[in-house]
Amino acid sequence: MRLLVPAPILSRRAALQGLSVSFAAAFTPKPLSAAGARDPRVVVIILRGALDGLTAVAPVGDPDYALLHGALALPAVGDHAGLPLDGFFALNPAMPVFARLYKEKRALVAHAVATSYRERSHFDGQDVLESGYPGPNRTDSGWLNRAIALLPAAGGAPQRGLGLGVTAPLVMRGPAPVLGWAPQGLPSAGDALAMRALDLYAHRDPALAAALQAGLDTEKMATQGGMSDEAKKNKGGMDSPGGMRQAAAGAARLLAAPEGPRVAALAFDGWDTHQNEGAGTGQLATRLSGLDGAFEEFEKGLGERWKDTTIVAISEFGRTVRINGTNGSDHGTGTVAFLAGGAVAGGRVVANWPGLKADQLYQGRDLAPTTDLRSVLKGVLADQLGIRAPALGEKVFPDSAGVAPMKGLVQA
Amino acid sequence: MAPGPDPYAAMTAFNRFGLGAKPGDLALAASDPRGFLLEELRAPNAGSIPSDGLQTTPQALQMFFAEQQQLRIARETAAAIAAPLAMASANASPTDAKLTDTKPADAKPAEAKLKPQEPPAEQKLFRAQAMARFNAQLKAGSGLVERLVAFWSNHFAVSVAKGQALRATAGAFEREAIRPHVLGKFADLLIAVESHPAMIFYLDNQRSIGPGSNAGRFDGKGLNENLAREILELHTLGVDGGYAQSDVTTLARIITGWSIAEAGSETGEPGAFLFKANWHEPGVHNLLGKNYPQTGRQQGEAALRDLARHPATARHIATKLARHFVADAPPQDLVDALAKAFRDSDGDLAVVSAALVAHDRAWSAPPTKIRDPNEFVIAAMRATGFQTNDPGQIWGVMNSLGMPLWQPAGPNGYADTTAVWASPEQMKLRLDVSWQMAQRARDVGPPLGVLDTVCGLAASRETRDALSHAESRPQALALLFMSPEFQRR
Repeated sequence: MRLLVPAPILSRRAALQGLSVSFAAAFTPKPLSAAGARDPRVVVIILRGALDGLTAVAPVGDPDYALLHGALALPAVGDHAGLPLDGFFALNPAMPVFARLYKEKRALVAHAVATSYRERSHFDGQDVLESGYPGPNRTDSGWLNRAIALLPAAGGAPQRGLGLGVTAPLVMRGPAPVLGWAPQGLPSAGDALAMRALDLYAHRDPALAAALQAGLDTEKMATQGGMSDEAKKNKGGMDSPGGMRQAAAGAARLLAAPEGPRVAALAFDGWDTHQNEGAGTGQLATRLSGLDGAFEEFEKGLGERWKDTTIVAISEFGRTVRINGTNGSDHGTGTVAFLAGGAVAGGRVVANWPGLKADQLYQGRDLAPTTDLRSVLKGVLADQLGIRAPALGEKVFPDSAGVAPMKGLVQA
Repeated sequence: MAPGPDPYAAMTAFNRFGLGAKPGDLALAASDPRGFLLEELRAPNAGSIPSDGLQTTPQALQMFFAEQQQLRIARETAAAIAAPLAMASANASPTDAKLTDTKPADAKPAEAKLKPQEPPAEQKLFRAQAMARFNAQLKAGSGLVERLVAFWSNHFAVSVAKGQALRATAGAFEREAIRPHVLGKFADLLIAVESHPAMIFYLDNQRSIGPGSNAGRFDGKGLNENLAREILELHTLGVDGGYAQSDVTTLARIITGWSIAEAGSETGEPGAFLFKANWHEPGVHNLLGKNYPQTGRQQGEAALRDLARHPATARHIATKLARHFVADAPPQDLVDALAKAFRDSDGDLAVVSAALVAHDRAWSAPPTKIRDPNEFVIAAMRATGFQTNDPGQIWGVMNSLGMPLWQPAGPNGYADTTAVWASPEQMKLRLDVSWQMAQRARDVGPPLGVLDTVCGLAASRETRDALSHAESRPQALALLFMSPEFQRR
């Protein structure tokens, strides 16, 4: 991978030297398929606030579901009923794109999943979800970034990640260099000033030099990819369908660029539905339609690369099975993960369903987690990026050797 | 005390602890930077701002209620006129002017039709309160007390994204609940915050009903543990503070009834805090092993007072303060000293703040942190004397840099680590912002003079050279804003 625009004063490589490590032994090259080598793309979407998996993907075949989840339960028939997936589960009707991809066997749901975290703090929960460590309080780096750091350099430069937003999500922070991009409307400062600032940083503050250089590179890439001023204009926050779509469209464009990053992370907000959550319509459905729109933008924007892509959407934990006093749900445990993309071996719901009877609930209140989310994520990283199990168990998700990568999530 | 004026210490006083030097400021701190800051902590009424023309929370909410009422009448009138043409409207609006979760965007179409020119009440209120905050930051001496205000405002974060009522009151919340107590007792600050309508609304406590209360037994509604959880996790003990899920639920019961008087309330002043006794879960409640037998509002206050003096709270606050002012991974002896000051003074924040300023570690640690977007734009304005009566010019920059005013993504507030505020995207945006601000700056004199204003003799040779070799005055000024001396603290 080469610098897209020559920077006469400070080369990217000089700026990033020492920031990246690669462990050749940790990596297995992807075997050639009939169509030639796969050029894989991985996208991780963090759904911040704890997604109610029972309203997103409803176990309509569970006899206790409708009663316990009350006003938040998707009806099996009628207006705003769930879209049937496999006879037992139904998808929130706000997600028609995902439903189509599921039919095309390019999307799947993993249900009753959770990280290793069993308390109910959003912030600690997100730290565990994103850091990949078994417990909270490790916020120095994220699992996706450490996975990138294991990939062999391409064209002499270390692999880079892409973090959407003015600030990169924790899952994408760490040793591997990261590019950032966010929709915005500021006129650009121009190259002359940029080079002088880089020169000053090269002498006084290498960390700021590396950050600024990477930020400038990304902007150039987005511009060269033909992103119009209109496309750059902010369409809404990351809790709005417009903002989610826009972030996805921007990420897709950068991931599709031949010299662009291969791995991206986004974070969507607003899933903490303590009140007036709704079911097939309402607050949660609106956010789910934004996520669905993001899947659509990736499909459109990745073009040829869509067939090599796996997108994973995950949340820190789920919500209570019973509704609370304000037509919402409180913090819980088990929830769903969505996988979509041309590389996904989809068309199924992966679930070891725990049931919703009183004695089947976790601590009498939450969907019991029966699948470790890390096994899903490891499965994607193993099959999509070729990272071997020992490295996944030590470096990417430390102290998780006992959690085996789930097989068969990605098409062989 | 010090052998001679230390240019680095004077710059540290303004950058690490304050909001950047204005012309002439460095000289004031040069002989005794610590003493200069400690003096500010002792100033009478430090932290408070004039209330001229600013509405109190009840006044703000009453304006908001009244406007909602007018809009409702206008909508109904319009609907009545349109009714013969169209059959009954399926999506009739809520009929009461009360606190709703509606976001401003949802209400815009109706407002736009009815009032083409006038901005909605909550926007006017937000604007006035934002300008008051920015003025306080621009005029402050070193800015230390304003930094403390911003710190506590972020510790007890509310977000205007919650709805129109929050937009109307977020600034009043800071002025009424935070400012009077930033150098007072932590327990008083805590109680002022948790009983403020903005916080109650932000974390849903006005909807939480004791299941065994009169109201709870009558209509079967129940607890909402949102505020109680954040009190324990974010506001007091911290997530490792040794509480359990059962404590969250118990505290939620204890503070049932902490609510807001709505429009037309007969029991309280509309828009003010109201304790709704018949929503309060009756009985003795056991929190963290202690029984709270009080009845009514006093039960919650007693629980909050105990939480305020819990050792875990002292540790939590000490760590956050040291992280904010000194380093992402703060020196342990500094954290210990602050926690001890907190415990020994029963949470006297003037004592704790003075302990921070007095500690050697707070001065010797290298400037590894980076100014957050609010600090950055205010420091640039202070350095150049840039004036504005339009708060939008300032919050516009903060929006671009990912820190919209009083609108953090969640109740844990804005991030307080270098990785977040020195990311590639952020630095690219700061370059653009620096360029914009440099072009707008007028009559600031030679850029090297501005460098002397903010750094004095502490400026590096490289930065001085970069400014002198710049091809234009705005370019030099933009480089000054981007320089490590200006960004780091």
